[in-house]
Amino acid sequence: MALLTRTEQHTSAAPSQPGQPPGSLVRSAVFWIFLLVLALVFVGPIVWMFLTSIKTNPEATSIPPTILPDNVTFGAYEDLLHVGGSYPVLRWFLNSLVAATLHMLLVLTVASTAAYALARLEFKLRGLFFVVIISTLFVPGFVFLLPNYIIIDRLGWLDTIWALVVPGAAGAFGVFFLRQFFAMLPGELEEAALIDGANQWQIFTRVVLPNSKPALATLAVLSFLSNWNDFIWPIYVLFSPERLTLPAGLRLLQGAYTTDYPVMMAGAFIASVPVLILFLFTQRYVIEGVSRSGLKG
Amino acid sequence: MTGAIDTAGPAPATHKRPGRSRAAASDLAKRERRAAYLFLSPNLIGLTVFVAVPMLLSIVLAFFSVDGFGGYTFVGTANFERMVGDPQFIDSLGRTMIYLFVLVPGLFLSGLGLALLVRSQFPLVGLFRTALFAPNVVSLVVVALIWNFLLTDDVGFVAKLLGRLGITAPSWLGDPSYALGTVMVITIWFSMGYYMLIFLAGLQDIPREFYEVASIDGAGPWQTFRNVTWPMLKPTSFFILLTSTIAVMTGGLEMLVILTSGGPANSTTLIVYYVYQQAFVYGEFGYASAIGSIMVLILLAWSALLFALTRGGRFTHAD
Repeated sequence: MALLTRTEQHTSAAPSQPGQPPGSLVRSAVFWIFLLVLALVFVGPIVWMFLTSIKTNPEATSIPPTILPDNVTFGAYEDLLHVGGSYPVLRWFLNSLVAATLHMLLVLTVASTAAYALARLEFKLRGLFFVVIISTLFVPGFVFLLPNYIIIDRLGWLDTIWALVVPGAAGAFGVFFLRQFFAMLPGELEEAALIDGANQWQIFTRVVLPNSKPALATLAVLSFLSNWNDFIWPIYVLFSPERLTLPAGLRLLQGAYTTDYPVMMAGAFIASVPVLILFLFTQRYVIEGVSRSGLKG
Repeated sequence: MTGAIDTAGPAPATHKRPGRSRAAASDLAKRERRAAYLFLSPNLIGLTVFVAVPMLLSIVLAFFSVDGFGGYTFVGTANFERMVGDPQFIDSLGRTMIYLFVLVPGLFLSGLGLALLVRSQFPLVGLFRTALFAPNVVSLVVVALIWNFLLTDDVGFVAKLLGRLGITAPSWLGDPSYALGTVMVITIWFSMGYYMLIFLAGLQDIPREFYEVASIDGAGPWQTFRNVTWPMLKPTSFFILLTSTIAVMTGGLEMLVILTSGGPANSTTLIVYYVYQQAFVYGEFGYASAIGSIMVLILLAWSALLFALTRGGRFTHAD
């Protein structure tokens, strides 16, 4: 994100909007300054979180505020991460990692098989199933919180990792997203495999999946991010402190470290590092996937 | 909504080859059908257990009273009658309407504005798009915690910054007349990057030739927007109005739980928080379900209205 400051070198480049003549130098300078301020407003708070986490608490609340820490300290991280500390933050981290990874794998399995059937196989109720699955996209997830809590209770999954992994896995978005991709694959590959005597399962695993890596990667990243970042559902269904996920655990920290801002920000930062890193490496996929969530074919 | 989606899609590959007997072909079709249901079954089981059954359950629960030990008593329409006489519910509903009337247009305009700003290719445009989307990547809890710190009375960054300018900052989250507005601003900050991306995808679908024609005709920036961009964006606009209403009305619970707990003086008790409170603080599952189903009815009515206003099928994606 520090890269953003480098944009100043490019002030001479005139932004050209379609249908607009290239702007004058003044206009493009205004444009760049506006963009920079905007970027700062969006990224600044996230950077501020990190900067605060490596300050001492007196410095974090000092007047006037310091931007960069005078004394860099990792005390907040030591407080949170040392073994036998008041809160099992490392454990939460692992819980989040395991839950999000399992959830991601389940989403990929469930969505890709259904999408394959809807995109490449012919059966009478295909259109109907597609419409029914897609229509669940428009029911707000909030409606499911309470009844799903009761169902998870009946299944005996309260306070277990399965409560985090399974319920959201059969979503409509993944099916829709992959189906659009699978439907665009050329039919020749599949026909060649059929002539070689391959069955549907073999076509699915040897032809369709290997040729759909970008779409699968996008869905993998999106489902990992959403599961990692989830907060409301975990605080509903998990009770034992050592079973919480990291975002859910932050709530406990908030209660304990109300005015210890560096520790709070360190906790928030630890919860954000994996998703920020993942996003930096896969942003092309994420942005593509989110854009497609506008239900474009 | 399904009208906006291409349900037919490309025809699936057909596997009929010449020279096959009719019996063999029908055998193949049967095997394909069986395979299709096998492939669909994990998703269908999941949707049944965690989507269809919960939907039914939430409707059924609205007519029951649930006690702390999991005992259910049928109470007819008592939960719905209770809503009418519950001033806290009425207040939270009214507050949610204000919230919607500010946030839905706010997110629409800010998302469109950002998308227009970063639509053209200029150096580092990708980096700017990433920066504007960045808040969406971290958890809403993290966002809430960061803003909780930035907006802390006296020692928060915002208060200190305003203090240097000689302005005494109000208690952003502690003053009932500011708290809801503060939550709205943070929500816009958090969500506008998402709507920017959806608008960007819509903008990218507009053929370049349309702009070339407009420019040959001597259209200015405003006329180009009015006559090319805006009409071509209608499907995207429709989608955003529909989904942002659902998201605004049923989302953002994290923020309320972390930042305000619905306070001060209930000033940020939106309907979504009220349901959360009834269900998971007071254990009133039946009453919470009844309110939840009213929310779904409101959203359905809004979707129907939106469809009627836009003459439904006319705003379908061209692709």
